[in-house]
Amino acid sequence: MDHDRRHFLIRAGSAALFGLGAAAGLPALAATRLLPAASGHGAGNAVRWGMLVDMTRCVEPCSSCIDACHSVHNVPHFDNPKDEIKWIWKMDYANAFPDSGQFASSRQTAAPVLALCNHCANPPCVRVCPVQATFKREDGIVEMDFHRCIGCRFCMAACPYGSRSFNWRDPRPFIEKYDYGYPTREAGVVEKCNFCSERLARGRQPACVEACKNRALVFGNLNDPGSELRRQLSSRVTLQRKPELGTQPSVFYAFERGHD
Amino acid sequence: MHGKLPAFIGIALFAGVVTFPFWIGGERKPMPPPVIEAGLTQCVESAAFMRANHMLLLDQWRDSVVRHNDHIYVNRAGQRFEKSLTGTCLGCHSNKAEFCDRCHDAVAVKPYCWNCHLAPGQPAGPAATAAALPPPSSRFAVTAIPRRGE
Repeated sequence: MDHDRRHFLIRAGSAALFGLGAAAGLPALAATRLLPAASGHGAGNAVRWGMLVDMTRCVEPCSSCIDACHSVHNVPHFDNPKDEIKWIWKMDYANAFPDSGQFASSRQTAAPVLALCNHCANPPCVRVCPVQATFKREDGIVEMDFHRCIGCRFCMAACPYGSRSFNWRDPRPFIEKYDYGYPTREAGVVEKCNFCSERLARGRQPACVEACKNRALVFGNLNDPGSELRRQLSSRVTLQRKPELGTQPSVFYAFERGHD
Repeated sequence: MHGKLPAFIGIALFAGVVTFPFWIGGERKPMPPPVIEAGLTQCVESAAFMRANHMLLLDQWRDSVVRHNDHIYVNRAGQRFEKSLTGTCLGCHSNKAEFCDRCHDAVAVKPYCWNCHLAPGQPAGPAATAAALPPPSSRFAVTAIPRRGE
């Protein structure tokens, strides 16, 4: 190949032509509609399961909801907090609502807040899962497919609520009593609350809701304006955890008494 | 031309070693049949179908329950069953060791269903440790990272 001026000009010219050709495709690219970052409230679906945690009815030091959930789902108990597995748990108001806790009322901070997976309409854990082991169902439940989980823990990093736990160890020796209606997990798998999808399939309420004698947990369909849940939400002031992140949680909190 | 003999010897040795299991003989062990509880006449599909395809069926059940929230299986005769390994399958075939493990062990298949799913009556708590996986230290080995200057 020779490198005289003539050949250089020919090559430079054809490269420029090629570049112009590529630029002609740009308007087509610009016309591509970008998907919105938030997937909306699932308005098109008939069902979007949600929950109201009525903190005015939640009485310390009761833990029947936690006990019920953890026993029907074979959640192990570890003494070392680093190994902890939790589906529903208690945490301080200041940690659960870090951006609204500066001068929170005593009604808000008096008792620890019940926390669980928010089953976000726009779940960051689903977006980061490389194997689609966690996914959003049509009824709004953010479900885990334990069979597929590879234990990379991206979802744990993505979840802003700390709703996910990792099985560092084989959980079976740390389960007091098996519930044979639900599997255990194995080491290397992430787990979290599934809104009791296995019970919903049989027409039952979630275990925590059934276990709460004070009716502090209201479960229902957020897309049904006639549901008890929607009735409560429309008549009371409620909070979602970290709403500024745009995850659109399906779990709501009430700290003031309703009108009923 | 020269050097052919060692090559042939080598090939013959190789073939001999590779086919060793075949010409050493030994009787072919018959597959142990699964023990089917008395009184059971019919599975969700025919016995021949289940023998050949139970693993595919279970795989389909798993995906349709977990990922598509579809819990009801309708068989060729139009009967409806809950898609459940521990509920429907083990509901009849209650003895996992006699029904599942016998054949799986014979053909050295290790399905990982039982890493999580529980056979009825399986003991819980520390008793479950013995049969479990190796200790966690060997599976998630953490080697100390030497600090600079150490």
